[in-house]
Amino acid sequence: MSTEMITLETPRRLRFEIFRFNPEDPSSEPHHQTFELDEQPFMTLYIALNRIREEQDPSLQFDFACRSAICGSCGMLVNGRPRLACNTLTRDLGETIRLEPLPVFKLIGDLSVDTGTWFRGMAEQVGGWIEEKAPFQAHAEEERMDADLAQAIYEGERCIECGCCIAGCGVANVNPDFVGAAGLNRIARFMRDPRDARSEDDWFEVVSDENGVFGCIGLMGCHDVCPKELPLLEQYAYLRRKMLGAAREEERT
Amino acid sequence: MKIQTTDVLVIGGGLAGERCAIESATAGHDVTLLSLVPPRRSHSCAAQGGMQAALGNCVKAEGDEPTVHFLDTVRGSDWGADQEVATIFAHEAPVAVRELAHWGVPWTRVRPGKNTYFIKGEKVEIEEPEEKAGLITHRDFGGTAKWRACYASAGTGHAVLYAVDGEVVRLGIRVLDRVEATTLIHEGGRCWGAVSRCLRTGELTAWLAKSTVLATGGHGRIYGQYTTNATINEGAGAVLALETGEVPLGNMEAVQFHPTGLVPSGILVTEGCRGDGGFLLNRDGHRFMVDAEPEKQELASRDVVSRHMMDQIKRGHGVASDFGEHLWLDLRHLGEAHLRTKLREVWDICRDFNGLDPSKAPIPVRPIQHYSMGGVRVNKDGEAYGMHGLYAVGEAACWDLHGFNRLGGNSLAETVVAGRVIGARVAERTAAASLSVSTDVAQSFLADAAKRIALWRDRPTTGGNVYAVRDRVASILNEKVGVFRTGDELEVAVTELEQAQRDIQRVGLRSSGPGVDPELTAAMRIEGMVRLARITAIGALERTESRGAHARTDHPTRDDAHWLNRTLARWDAEADAPRLTYEPVGLLDLPPGDRGYGQTLQKSMEVSIGRYNECAPSEMRAHGALPTDEPMGARMLWGAWKGHEHRPTRPERNE
Repeated sequence: MSTEMITLETPRRLRFEIFRFNPEDPSSEPHHQTFELDEQPFMTLYIALNRIREEQDPSLQFDFACRSAICGSCGMLVNGRPRLACNTLTRDLGETIRLEPLPVFKLIGDLSVDTGTWFRGMAEQVGGWIEEKAPFQAHAEEERMDADLAQAIYEGERCIECGCCIAGCGVANVNPDFVGAAGLNRIARFMRDPRDARSEDDWFEVVSDENGVFGCIGLMGCHDVCPKELPLLEQYAYLRRKMLGAAREEERT
Repeated sequence: MKIQTTDVLVIGGGLAGERCAIESATAGHDVTLLSLVPPRRSHSCAAQGGMQAALGNCVKAEGDEPTVHFLDTVRGSDWGADQEVATIFAHEAPVAVRELAHWGVPWTRVRPGKNTYFIKGEKVEIEEPEEKAGLITHRDFGGTAKWRACYASAGTGHAVLYAVDGEVVRLGIRVLDRVEATTLIHEGGRCWGAVSRCLRTGELTAWLAKSTVLATGGHGRIYGQYTTNATINEGAGAVLALETGEVPLGNMEAVQFHPTGLVPSGILVTEGCRGDGGFLLNRDGHRFMVDAEPEKQELASRDVVSRHMMDQIKRGHGVASDFGEHLWLDLRHLGEAHLRTKLREVWDICRDFNGLDPSKAPIPVRPIQHYSMGGVRVNKDGEAYGMHGLYAVGEAACWDLHGFNRLGGNSLAETVVAGRVIGARVAERTAAASLSVSTDVAQSFLADAAKRIALWRDRPTTGGNVYAVRDRVASILNEKVGVFRTGDELEVAVTELEQAQRDIQRVGLRSSGPGVDPELTAAMRIEGMVRLARITAIGALERTESRGAHARTDHPTRDDAHWLNRTLARWDAEADAPRLTYEPVGLLDLPPGDRGYGQTLQKSMEVSIGRYNECAPSEMRAHGALPTDEPMGARMLWGAWKGHEHRPTRPERNE
């Protein structure tokens, strides 16, 4: 076969400048610490950070779970830009790599932040679930859905709640109650879903203030940094259209 | 250190744990769910290709029904499954899938009119009828007679997990993430909760509960980096149960190797790729599975496909690379549009981790540890052998519908089906229970946990590295307890693992920081993980036959005369080795026979099925099975499979 073999590349000496701070330790002061590693082929930041912890500093804190860009655990600032660490190959970066925790979220230690609490709060704030129209009938055929609509809902459902869009958002960085692109995307996902009982007016109550759809000032940093390439611009436009429609309706009545 | 009470304590926030928690919360119980990570980051999210449920909605699924699903599952298990559990499972799966639709899962739907599929290497056009438009559709998966896997692109687990977690949030269930359970609280064969350690602060808490559920997922990480599993799949539930000294683990030697782990990262590439028509190729670009399995081809069960792949590599048909030899998964003929919609996550993985466009180049793959068929042995109500009030569900459990090989798409289905079925039992039992345990018991378990941490802290900082022990165990298992096994290698593995366990005594901690200390966390888990590894290797050494994923080259026959049973492993208090016993697999309805794929060497049972079934209930009770609400066998649908049975079309190859 004419397919290329996987082959080794010439190793580089990489320099990692990593943010360190342990809030549980009264003697800890925020600072950057430098570590060096030889690059290996197909090295991701997941591999690099684990090597640093296991070989150089066992106290280094960071989060990974799936290491395949689906669980959303490992969002961090890589050279200042929010992204997933697990699917970032070192070969795409320079020899000096600066790693910092995502802003907005509460710091747990070093590169580890508390996204879980933030996203649970957001889910409660926006009602991130299906409000059923009628109780589930265990032995009835499922409600039918157009194949294209199912695909469109899935597009919004692909968000992995990594927090990169929140960290990259000018508003979320100053307004802790702003639901951000992840929240707006979730709202749009449920608004599109015919199984959900909520009307546009119900949604209007939830999102039509500065913490919701009208909080966004349109910088769209979220769209640029989303590791799953979600159609955040489209979702946002859809929401504004729906909410402006609902607002006009309200004015008329 | 503090003591808290709750009605139901669920340990593990993946699909099985959350679905189980929903039953108890709906029944009005106070539920507390402990999770290593925020629930949406659980490993359930990584399931890609589908969830098996016999809805029979698309043309290639016509005539499907739960009984056919039951047949496929038992055959897939190589008759190691408990057939009553497989019956319950297959009949509940359609309800579970529809309930998930009700909760918002965007299942891929039937598109009426002409649809293009790839079947056994051929491009086929099939007209999906208008009357099925918009129903949940299916894709093909390995080892099934019908297309049965319901799916949401290649992000099925993610979509299901988000829907179920949405319900958990809606119901306001208390979820504590970044918390790990370190010990079960128990007294006189009754479990009363667990001691937990906070992974933010290091604080210990004793949770007293009427019912305790282990839903911690599998233990693939005993294979270290040689697994598709997430870093959190370290077998916490199995270790907790084993440490009681009372609860056995079932079939730990039954380890699934997924045929298509990405090289070199080991990331899963879904079976849905082959279900949708993908090819496996060797270095010469030859589809070796067509010769090896003329009927099922790439879609034989995972154990069988993995063996043929390793066989290709052993015979020099692998592709050399700096990361060892591999084979190719070729999806180029499926086309970019298909890859970017129905296999979208595969597209992303290939791009992100290998810089590869699967519409233009084949994907380097190799079999890799993927699923733990073994786990905490429970009865059909989900209650652990030998421990009242303790339940296990999902991959953490050995319930046991998978036997010696799980079919693709059956694990995702198991999480929600078992979560529903066992969750309902937990809710009923909790309603009838009272929390009649003294806080002294909780205090003593708390004190033990604190002492364990103190002992680690007191060790000299100059000792061995905990990560080195972990890596050593992983390479022993990967090299000697893999796809093919031999007695000689397994004996070496058992000895080397004993040494690895002794090496733990010399491990020291180099860090001592306050708060959560990742090295201490790893150190506290290592002893349990090595025990799981030893049980896996010893179980594999003792089982002198080949069944499902347990393939002994020195014992290639499936021996139903001697080994139609389930391994139970206990670790008695103070013992330095596990104790193995064997119980019947359960009641037999579908008699052991040819699976229709894979090896055909079989040694028949020496007793009649009637006799086997007569003895099974009392023997299982003698092995620790607790009484169930309905008697054993009450859910069997005796003989329902007759008329649906698969007749192998391949030439007879029996010796």
